[in-house]
Amino acid sequence: MPIKYSVKSAAKAITTNKSRSFLTILGIVIGISAIILIMSIGRGTAKLVLGELSGMGAETIVIRPGREPQGPTDIAQTIFADSLKSKDVEALKRKSNVPTLADIAPAVIVPGSVSYGGETYRPTIFGWSADFMRDAFNINPAEGRFFDESEIKNMADVVIIGAKVKRELFGNADAIGENIKIKNKKFRVIGILPSRGQIAFLNLDDMVIVPYTTAQLYLLGITHFHEIVVRATDPSVVDRTVRDIQLTLRESHGITDPAKDDFFVVTQGGLVKQISNIMSGLTLFLSMVVAIALVVGGIGVMNIMLVSVTERTREIGLRKALGATEKDIMMQFLLEATMLTLIGGAVGIILGAAGAFVFPIVLSLATGLDWSFSFPVVAAVLGLGVSASVGFIFGLYPAYQASKKSPMEALRYE
Amino acid sequence: MALLEVKNLEKIYFNEGISTPAIRGVSFEVNAGEFVAIMGPSGSGKSTLLHILGFLDSVTRGEYRFDGKTMDDYSQEEIARIRNAKMGFVFQTFNLLPRTSVLENVKLPLLYSGIKESLWDDMAKRAIEAVGLSHRLEHESSQLSGGEKQRVAIARALVTNPQVIFADEPTGNLDSKSGQMVMEILQRLNEDSGHTIILITHETYTAEHAERVIRLYDGLIKSDGRVDHRLKAKDFTK
Repeated sequence: MPIKYSVKSAAKAITTNKSRSFLTILGIVIGISAIILIMSIGRGTAKLVLGELSGMGAETIVIRPGREPQGPTDIAQTIFADSLKSKDVEALKRKSNVPTLADIAPAVIVPGSVSYGGETYRPTIFGWSADFMRDAFNINPAEGRFFDESEIKNMADVVIIGAKVKRELFGNADAIGENIKIKNKKFRVIGILPSRGQIAFLNLDDMVIVPYTTAQLYLLGITHFHEIVVRATDPSVVDRTVRDIQLTLRESHGITDPAKDDFFVVTQGGLVKQISNIMSGLTLFLSMVVAIALVVGGIGVMNIMLVSVTERTREIGLRKALGATEKDIMMQFLLEATMLTLIGGAVGIILGAAGAFVFPIVLSLATGLDWSFSFPVVAAVLGLGVSASVGFIFGLYPAYQASKKSPMEALRYE
Repeated sequence: MALLEVKNLEKIYFNEGISTPAIRGVSFEVNAGEFVAIMGPSGSGKSTLLHILGFLDSVTRGEYRFDGKTMDDYSQEEIARIRNAKMGFVFQTFNLLPRTSVLENVKLPLLYSGIKESLWDDMAKRAIEAVGLSHRLEHESSQLSGGEKQRVAIARALVTNPQVIFADEPTGNLDSKSGQMVMEILQRLNEDSGHTIILITHETYTAEHAERVIRLYDGLIKSDGRVDHRLKAKDFTK
């Protein structure tokens, strides 16, 4: 039978029971749109994360206290760990210890809000080095100035605020020289950051930076750091720098067994690798879930095709009486099942793409991050292939059943 | 040589350990160009016999030869090809494809025929013309009367120009006027085009359109003879 007539016949069978066909392919539609959605959002997220990481600079190295987190419980111990101290910074600064270190700045994170007059705002408050930030992010103050090393040393009560923080607290009024309150302590605004938005997971517009020494003593009452940020002289020497940092800190902390390290080092390359691993693991896991959904969808298709074969027993008998071979009947029902799931796949791709288009817009609005949409062409082609295969595989048994019907029995069937 | 040769044919159905003989040893021959009616009350085995003659069912014992060969001489594919090219079927319940036009229904056997697709439309139209339904070409089967449906079924049986047409109670679901018209078409196909017709019926009136009547009773031939006063076909299209 020419393929044109097979397609016509399959299309007629599918459109005759529109609502049944729709319900039959629903599982496939959901499965395929999930593939498209996962692939597209996964790619968008990876792009976003890697983009943010590249903002961090390849030569940037972050040292954090505690063991390297392997799971959620480890993250808690990282927050409370207090193993990074001033003496570590001093040890790392020594050229003989880490010759490839270009710059170093410890940092502390201060939870809380800032207020000015009657206005209160909750930004990200950092105790850090302004000079380090200038070099790391290549930024200069939009207004005023950054605090310097002497102000860090003297634990000056000065503050640099982000563009959004300025807007929230001062509106259009001048902020330089004004005093704002952080945890009920007064800080003089000496500089305003340029409006840059998101860089390396930090929203510069939403930041408040005070000298880390001031933050430690006056705001938190601690002597340790939450992290130490180091810049290597060149991206090519990052590995060597990391090794030197580890050796120096082990010596400083009296650690002989690297397994007992009470700190860990994060690099851009390492993070990229780690995130790529997480993303591909997540994609694999979700793909398996989708595969299960598709199998379930396929069983639905098989079920309905078996019903269809029974319903059309007389038609099968007639076709056989008129000269159709077993192969002809088999092909007819296989094509019907494949077309059914292929339509499901196509609808799934359209719905998945629509979802993948809307999702980043919603996410971007909600998080302020720049999530982008990209249509996963490979996933779409794969989706079509998979949906056709599901129809073919799950159509085999019903089609075989149809082909084996005896024409005489089939013609007698009421 | 006869076109259809039946020798001591027996057909027994086995179902859940119970054997039911449907045909208990019949022998007859049908020559090309004959119009034979197989008559009998229900349960006499006439439909079973027709299925065997149409290569739709196998024999239990005895022998059936079509064109000199038995069903066992052919592969499944060859049997399908023979049913397509050499046999035409007309059923009591028409068995037209629903939501499908008259033209498409008549084309159905051509789909499996290996005949060049460019010839299909002309062949189907000619067959439809032969049953006087050219004005209904694009109508769907559901829009036709019972008589018209059966005429479409005859056109479908005719379209590959088979040697023999098997008609299983073709007037069973029709009023007498439509039945008469269907019988006249079959008769004309036999007389004008030389098609061999095997007609199954339980109505004497319908059987009298044939030139020979084989009467079956309880799976055995009760009589086999010529029709004395054969009903004549009228040209219904006029």
